[in-house]
Amino acid sequence: MLGNLTLAAIPLDNPIEMGAVVFMGIAVLIVLGFIARYNLWGYLWREWITSVDHKKIGIMYIILALVMLIRGFIDAIMMRTQLAFAYGKHHGYLPPPHYDQIFTAHGVIMIFFMAMPFMIGLMNVAVPLQIGARDVAFPFMNSISFWLTAVGMALVNLSLAIGEFAKTGWLAYPPLSELHFSPGVGVDYYIWALQISGIGTLLTGVNFFVTIVKMRAPGMTMMRMPVFVWTILCTAVLIMAAFPILTGTLALLTLDRYLDFHFFTDDGGGNQMMYVNLIWAWGHPEVYILILPAFGVFSEVVSTYSGKRLFAYTSMVYATLAITGLSFIVWLHHFFTMGSGADVNAFFGITTMIIAIPTGVKIFNWLFTMYGGRVRYDVPMLYTVGFMITFTIGGMTGVMLAVPGIDYVLHNSLFLIAHFHNVIIGGVLFGYLAGFNYWFPKMAGFHLNEKLGKRAFWFWIVGFYVAFMPLYALGLMGATRRMEHYDNVAWAPYMWVAAFGAILIMIGIGHQVAQIVVSIRDREMNRDLTGDPWQGRTLEWATSSPPPFYNFATLPEVNHAEPLWDAKQRGTIERQARDHYEDIHMPRNTGAGFIIAVFSGFFGFAMIWHIWWLAIVGVIGMVLTLIIRTCNDNIDYYVPGEEVASIEKAHFLQLSSADMEKQHAD
Amino acid sequence: MRDLIRRMGRPKRAFMLLPLLLLSGCNWDVLDPQGAIGMSEKTLLITSVLLMLLIVVPVIVLTLAVAWHFRAANTKAKYRPDFNHSLPIEIVIWVVPCIIILVLGVITWDSTHTLDPYRRIAAGDRKPINVQVVALDWKWLFIYPDLHIASVNEMAMPVGTPVSFNITSDTVMNSFFIPQLGSQIYAMAGMQTRLHLLADHPGTYRGISANFSGDGFSDMNFNAIATDQAGFDAWVRKVRASGAVLDGAAMGKLEQASQDVPVSYFGSVQGDPYEDLVSSFMGKAMSMQEATHPSTHPATSGAAGMAGMNMKD
Repeated sequence: MLGNLTLAAIPLDNPIEMGAVVFMGIAVLIVLGFIARYNLWGYLWREWITSVDHKKIGIMYIILALVMLIRGFIDAIMMRTQLAFAYGKHHGYLPPPHYDQIFTAHGVIMIFFMAMPFMIGLMNVAVPLQIGARDVAFPFMNSISFWLTAVGMALVNLSLAIGEFAKTGWLAYPPLSELHFSPGVGVDYYIWALQISGIGTLLTGVNFFVTIVKMRAPGMTMMRMPVFVWTILCTAVLIMAAFPILTGTLALLTLDRYLDFHFFTDDGGGNQMMYVNLIWAWGHPEVYILILPAFGVFSEVVSTYSGKRLFAYTSMVYATLAITGLSFIVWLHHFFTMGSGADVNAFFGITTMIIAIPTGVKIFNWLFTMYGGRVRYDVPMLYTVGFMITFTIGGMTGVMLAVPGIDYVLHNSLFLIAHFHNVIIGGVLFGYLAGFNYWFPKMAGFHLNEKLGKRAFWFWIVGFYVAFMPLYALGLMGATRRMEHYDNVAWAPYMWVAAFGAILIMIGIGHQVAQIVVSIRDREMNRDLTGDPWQGRTLEWATSSPPPFYNFATLPEVNHAEPLWDAKQRGTIERQARDHYEDIHMPRNTGAGFIIAVFSGFFGFAMIWHIWWLAIVGVIGMVLTLIIRTCNDNIDYYVPGEEVASIEKAHFLQLSSADMEKQHAD
Repeated sequence: MRDLIRRMGRPKRAFMLLPLLLLSGCNWDVLDPQGAIGMSEKTLLITSVLLMLLIVVPVIVLTLAVAWHFRAANTKAKYRPDFNHSLPIEIVIWVVPCIIILVLGVITWDSTHTLDPYRRIAAGDRKPINVQVVALDWKWLFIYPDLHIASVNEMAMPVGTPVSFNITSDTVMNSFFIPQLGSQIYAMAGMQTRLHLLADHPGTYRGISANFSGDGFSDMNFNAIATDQAGFDAWVRKVRASGAVLDGAAMGKLEQASQDVPVSYFGSVQGDPYEDLVSSFMGKAMSMQEATHPSTHPATSGAAGMAGMNMKD
C-alpha cells in the first residue's frame, strides 16, 4: 500500500535532523495558525493561490526564494562549522552520510530553489511592466510554472523529514548516483524535485520568450527594450535550449535506477562520461541563465542611480548576445581532467576565456555609465559597485581555471569553490538583492528600510570576502572540496576565518529579515505615492506602486529607448485621469495550476517511494485537470471602462497629493 | 594626497612581504611543487595572474575612483547626463580585453599540449617506471606490473625518473591527485586514463582523491614517496618481503568497502589483475570497443592489448 515507505524513513535517531524537522514543523504551524487566526484561507485562495497576475506570481516566487535562501544558508553554516572543528584527530559533529546530504542539499537548494525562483520572481515583476504589457503571454501557464517550482521545493524539504536527500553532490554524477552505490531514496528525491520544478522553469522560458517577442508596447522596437528585458530574452532562449537536456539526462538516470537500464552504470556498457557531458551541456548555460538577469538588473540600477542613460547600450546588447551564444560551447571546462586530448581541452579553454571579453566590456560600460553621472548610493547601487569589484576578481580566477594546465591542479579544489561563490554571490545574488531593493516599492507600494538594507549589504560583502578568500588559499594548499574532515592541522585557522565570514553573512541575512519586517511594520509611513521613487527611466515607473492589476490603463506608445525619461524631459506625462477609458481584456484567476501541481507532487512522492497506485492517481489527476481546464471557455473577462476610470482617478488624486507634500517639504 | 601615501607607507611594506609569507612553509602544495609538471603549472598560474592583473587592477581602481568622484554629494564633479556613447572608448574596451585574451589563448594552446597528462616526460635515457592505479572504496591500490608487486595507500618512485600511470576505478569516479607533483586525472571504472609525473626532490607527498566518492572519501589518502634509486630499491625489497599475494581472492577482499585503510603490501602479483578488472566491467561490449577504437595514441601504446577503453581515442 505504501510502497517502500515505512516508519523507519523518519530519522528519529538523528537529533540534528529531527531538530530541523521540528523547527520546520513549528514554522509551518505558525504560518498556518496565523492564517487560521485571521481567517485568511479565502483571501489566500482568491488573491494568491489562484492568481494569474504576473506581479503576484513574481512576489510568491521571491518569497519562496528568500525562505530557501535561509534553508540553504543553514546548510552552509553547518558545513563551515563542521570544517572548523574536523581537523587532525577530530571528526566534527556531522558524520559523512549526514554531511554529504548537507552539501548536496546546499547546492541544489541555492541553485534551483533560491537563485532560479529569485530570478524568475524579479522577471515576473518587472518584464511585463517594462515592456508596457498587461500580463505575460500565457498567464495560466505562469501559474503552473510557479506551483511546479513550489512542489519541487516541497519535495526537497520533505526529504529532511521522510527518508533522506541525495549524498552525491549537487549534480549527482553517476555511478555514485546509480542504484548500486546510492540504494536509498535520496537520489530519487533529487530526480523528482528537479524534474517537476524543471518543467516549471522550461514553461517559464517559453512564456517569457513569447511575452517579450509578441507583447511589447507599440513602438518598442527591439533596440528600445530596457537591457533587463534583453537579458531576460536571452535567458529565456537559454532555458528553452538547455532545460530539455536536464530533463532528458535525469530521465535516463531514472531509467537506470528504476528499470535497470545501463546508460551511466559502470557495467553493462554504461558510460558515466556521457552523463557528465550532458549535465554540463545544461549546467554551463544554467550559469548564464542565472547571471544574465543579474547583469540586466545592474544595467537598470546603474543607469537610474547615476541619472544617465546606460553607456553604449548597443555594445551591451551585443555583449549579452555574445555571452548567450558562447555559453553553449564551453561546457567541457568542467572536466578537463577526464582525459580529453590536448586539442579538445585547449579549444574549450580558449572559448571559455573569450567569454571574458564581452563580460569585461559590460563592466566598462557600467563604469562609464557612472562617469559623468550623479551617483546616488541607495542600497541597489551599493550592491552594484560591490558587484563590479567582486565580480572582476571572480572573473580573473575563472579565467585561471579555464587554462587546462592550471585546472589540472585546481580542479575540484576549494579554490574552485571560492571562484564560483565569488561569481554567484558577488554576481548573481548581489544582482538579485539589488533588484529586490530596486523593485520592492513597485511590488509592495512602500519602501524598504534603507538603513537596515545598507547594513545588510556591508555584512554581506565583508562576510563574503572573509568567508571565501581563505578558501582560495586552501585550494592553493591542495585542499579538495566535499571533505568531511582533514588531516592537515595547518588548514584549520583558514577554516576558522571562513566560518567567521559565514557568521558575518548570517548577520547580513538577519538584517535583511529585519529590514523586511520593519518595513512592513512601518509601511504606512513609507508609502510610495508617486510610483516613481528612484527617478526612473523605464515604463515600470510610469504606473502606480503597486500597479493596478491591469498595469496600464492605456497602453503606452513608445518612441524612445527610455520612454519615461523622455516623457519627463518633454513634459508629456499625464497629470490627470482621462474622461474615458476603453474596457480592458484580462484573464480570469484559476485554481487549475495549483491543482495540477498538487497532483504532480503526489506523483513525485509516489515515484520516490514506489507507491504505484498513487503515482497513477497523480498522473490521472494532472491530465484530467488539464483537460477540464482546456474545456473551460470562461477564462477571460473585460474590466469595464468606468471601473478603470475610478481606479485611475484615485491614482491621480494620490499623485497630486504626493506632489503637494513634496512642494510643502521643499 | 602626499599625506595619504605617507600613511600608507607601513602597510605597503608589509604588503610586499605578503608574497614571501605566502610562499614560505610547506603548506602551499600547489605553489610549492616538487616535480617538473607541477613546476610548469605553477609558472603558468603566476603568468596568467600577472597578465590578468594588467586589466583587473585598473578596473578595480577606476571603479572605486569613478564611484567616489561622481557621488551625488560631490558638487565639483561635472554632471554630463548625455554622455552615453564614445567610439574611442568603445574601441578601447573591446580591443584591450581581446589582446589579453589573445595572448592568454596562445599560452593556453601551447601549455595544454605540453602539459597533456597523456604525454610522456622526456628524462634523458631514464626509462619511465610503470604504475597501475586502481581507485577502490575507499583506498588506492598501486600495482607495479614490471616488478610484480603491489601496495595499498602508499607508492614509491625514484627521484628524476618519470612515472607512467595507468589509472582505473573499481567503483565510482575518483580523481587521482598528488598536489605537489602536479596534474590530476579521473579514475573511472571500465576504462583507463593516463598520467605522467616526475618528482625532482625526495620527500613524502600527500596523495588524495579529488572527486567525491562517498562515505570514506575524506580518508582516501595515500603517501607518494619520492626517493633516490637506493631508497626505491629498499622500498621494493620491503614490499617483496610481504608474504601477501595479490590474486583473485585478495582483489575480492580489496573490493569490499573500507575506510581509513592503513598501508599494506603485496609481495607478489598473480596474473594481470589490472587488466582483468578493467575488462570485467565491459562484458560483451568490450570486444566491440576494441574492434572499433584501436588505440592509436603513442602514449597508450605501452598498454597495447589493454582491454577496455582508452580515454585518448
